[in-house]
Amino acid sequence: MELTGAQILLESLKQEGVQHIFGFPGGAVIDIYDELPKSSIQHFLVRHEQGAVHAADGYARSTGKVGVCLVTSGPGATNTVTGIATAYMDSIPVVIFTGQVPTALIGNDAFQEVDIVGITRPCTKHNYLIKDVKELAHSIKEAFYIAASGRPGPVLVDLPKDVMQARTEFEYPKTISMRSYNPNYTPNRKQVKKAASLLSKAERPLIYSGGGVISSEAGEIMTRLARRFSLPVTSTMMGLGAFPGNDPLWLGMLGMHGTYAANMAVNNSDVLLSVGARFDDRVTGKVNTFAPRARIIHIDIDPTSIRKNVNVHIPIVSDCLNALTALEEEMGEITGVQWEDKHSSWVKTVKGWNQEHPLQYETGPSGKVKPQYVLEKLYELTKGEAIITTEVGQNQMWAAQFYKYHRPRTWISSGGLGTMGYGFPAAIGAQVANPGKLVIDIAGDGSIQMNIQEMATAVCYNLPVKIIILNNSYLGMVRQWQELFYNKNYCATCLDTAPDFVKLAEAYGAEGYLVEKSEDVVPVLNKVIASPKTCIVDIKVEPEENVYPMVPAGASLTEMLLV
Amino acid sequence: MRHVLSVLVENEPGVLSRVAGLFSGRGFNIDTLNVGPTLEKGVSLMTISTHGDEQIIEQIIKQLRKLITVIKVVDLSGTKAVEREMVLIKVHATDSSRAEILRIVDIFRCKVVDVSIDELTMEVTGDQGKIVAIVNMLQRFGIKEFARTGTVAMKRSMQF
Ligand SMILES: Cc1ncc(C[n+]2csc(CCOP(=O)(O)OP(=O)(O)O)c2C)c(N)n1
Ligand SMILES: [Mg+2]
Repeated sequence: MELTGAQILLESLKQEGVQHIFGFPGGAVIDIYDELPKSSIQHFLVRHEQGAVHAADGYARSTGKVGVCLVTSGPGATNTVTGIATAYMDSIPVVIFTGQVPTALIGNDAFQEVDIVGITRPCTKHNYLIKDVKELAHSIKEAFYIAASGRPGPVLVDLPKDVMQARTEFEYPKTISMRSYNPNYTPNRKQVKKAASLLSKAERPLIYSGGGVISSEAGEIMTRLARRFSLPVTSTMMGLGAFPGNDPLWLGMLGMHGTYAANMAVNNSDVLLSVGARFDDRVTGKVNTFAPRARIIHIDIDPTSIRKNVNVHIPIVSDCLNALTALEEEMGEITGVQWEDKHSSWVKTVKGWNQEHPLQYETGPSGKVKPQYVLEKLYELTKGEAIITTEVGQNQMWAAQFYKYHRPRTWISSGGLGTMGYGFPAAIGAQVANPGKLVIDIAGDGSIQMNIQEMATAVCYNLPVKIIILNNSYLGMVRQWQELFYNKNYCATCLDTAPDFVKLAEAYGAEGYLVEKSEDVVPVLNKVIASPKTCIVDIKVEPEENVYPMVPAGASLTEMLLV
Repeated sequence: MRHVLSVLVENEPGVLSRVAGLFSGRGFNIDTLNVGPTLEKGVSLMTISTHGDEQIIEQIIKQLRKLITVIKVVDLSGTKAVEREMVLIKVHATDSSRAEILRIVDIFRCKVVDVSIDELTMEVTGDQGKIVAIVNMLQRFGIKEFARTGTVAMKRSMQF
């Protein structure tokens, strides 16, 4: 039977197992929306296309499935760009369908025409302009395959209106093979053997893990490996949750706002096992003083990550799960090493650093609520079981430091791009994917206003997302830099004109709570956790609280400013 | 150091801008770039000459391989390769200089492809060294136009 392009799109999505999509209509995609009610796919109408991509991204991060969104041509398409770049920087599998003007008009500056394939070329893993309905099913199959395989990433498919209306025989390809794309999943065994042998000789080994461990579902095996061979663990912000945050071998995050113990451990380790991390500048600090005493083993599925910033001694191009499985086998075969005894003094040293300078904060003179306190309490009350998304800034760093993540995919935050406005729509996506779960967006008063319109989406679909605003009346992270490095010239960072967030929540039909005193934090959090509704909690926190430790940009990891 | 890369790509719209965008976006250099179809339908060959230190070249090659439309990348610089470029040069020629120019054409085994009363256009094929040399020789007569194809290159059959 012949189907239209629009029908083929929806049938293909069904074949890919897609149940939910996030989108916003317009002239170029009406044909698709016209078919949508007949399909089993549930569509979530967002209020801004950026929100659609972040929601699809949060959906993907919280499940490991591919997130999907659908928007119209022109401004609909350009509104997705920040979302796409966010997913690209963090290697998140998302497929974005954009409407396009009819093929005959492409290149004519037609109404609502933009070259979105050109615009997104540098921030997608790949993209397509479909010029013939006969290519449609095949390209969709490729798009999903490319998005989810290898190092994952966003793929955009541009759909001209006439292609959506044209008809052809529908057959969805069962398999895909591409001569130009074959990611390598299995490690070179010789390299793994070398790595095992190096680790067996290490006196001060350290695991430095990243987002790749989450995306390859390697958290469990990494945890087993670390415990079995007594290897302390630190991770990038993207890697939080892969290793349980309440395990004695956990050192906390490393890097610019990493813990004292993690940064000292990196500095002193003699063998660094880097797994699915990419030596980003926020992690390494001054790169030529990073891990100066260590021989480095680097496991990554993307060959370009290896030796991009740091010279490594044993590169292993592989999926993290396969590489760690092989590594555990090889290490298991090494006899005569009493791993725990051998590493006990190093583990003690590392723990000593943690006691010397734990994550801490002082209660300020104003008696205002401390943002760190909110996160500590939230952790206690939720027993670390919530899915936490974040906005960007100090709120994000405190959420990374003071909430402990027990499991992969419970920490959802924009790392590479640092996109303010990410957390709330991402929470919506995570809530759609995890209906029974508690999903909380830790927000700043600045960031939350970047996608606040999605309140309507959350309320409309009864998504009980909780927004906790750590309201310091500042673009706090920028203000912190101004305080520390720009003579307190607080130019353009004061947000003293802000909406009444309680009224704003109520205006959208959600619940709003104001917290101004420390003693109200726990009772209000309890109420909100129990509420079946979308909630905003506006917590007035210490305005000039800073995030510590802090490694100034360009300094070495050991040059930390402490509380 | 200068490297010549053979890059086999799927011949689809946008592939050139994917490659060019990779170089500009990451601050890599393209010295010359040449593209043409191969004997296999749907496949084009790009020859890119570039320069950079070892770590940069390694990144360029890896990043090219990462592009979905790139099938194969070969760095010809470590191998014995034949390298050629064609250049069209139009020089000013008078009655007194024409004979001298033709002598140079002869020595360099170039071909005259167009003549007029005061101009001579020649076709030069060779590696970079030869092209630099002939340009040096002709400069004093006045080069009026200059068009080059960019390098094309191929591994030699015998690697010794
Ligand atoms: C879209 C976007 N614009 C600008 C920035 C730069 N930036 C980083 S953190 C920050 C301040 C965020 O303020 P707020 O959301 O109130 O969080 P706080 O740091 O106060 O917790 C800014 C402006 C950014 N990361 N993203
Ligand atoms: Mg703020």
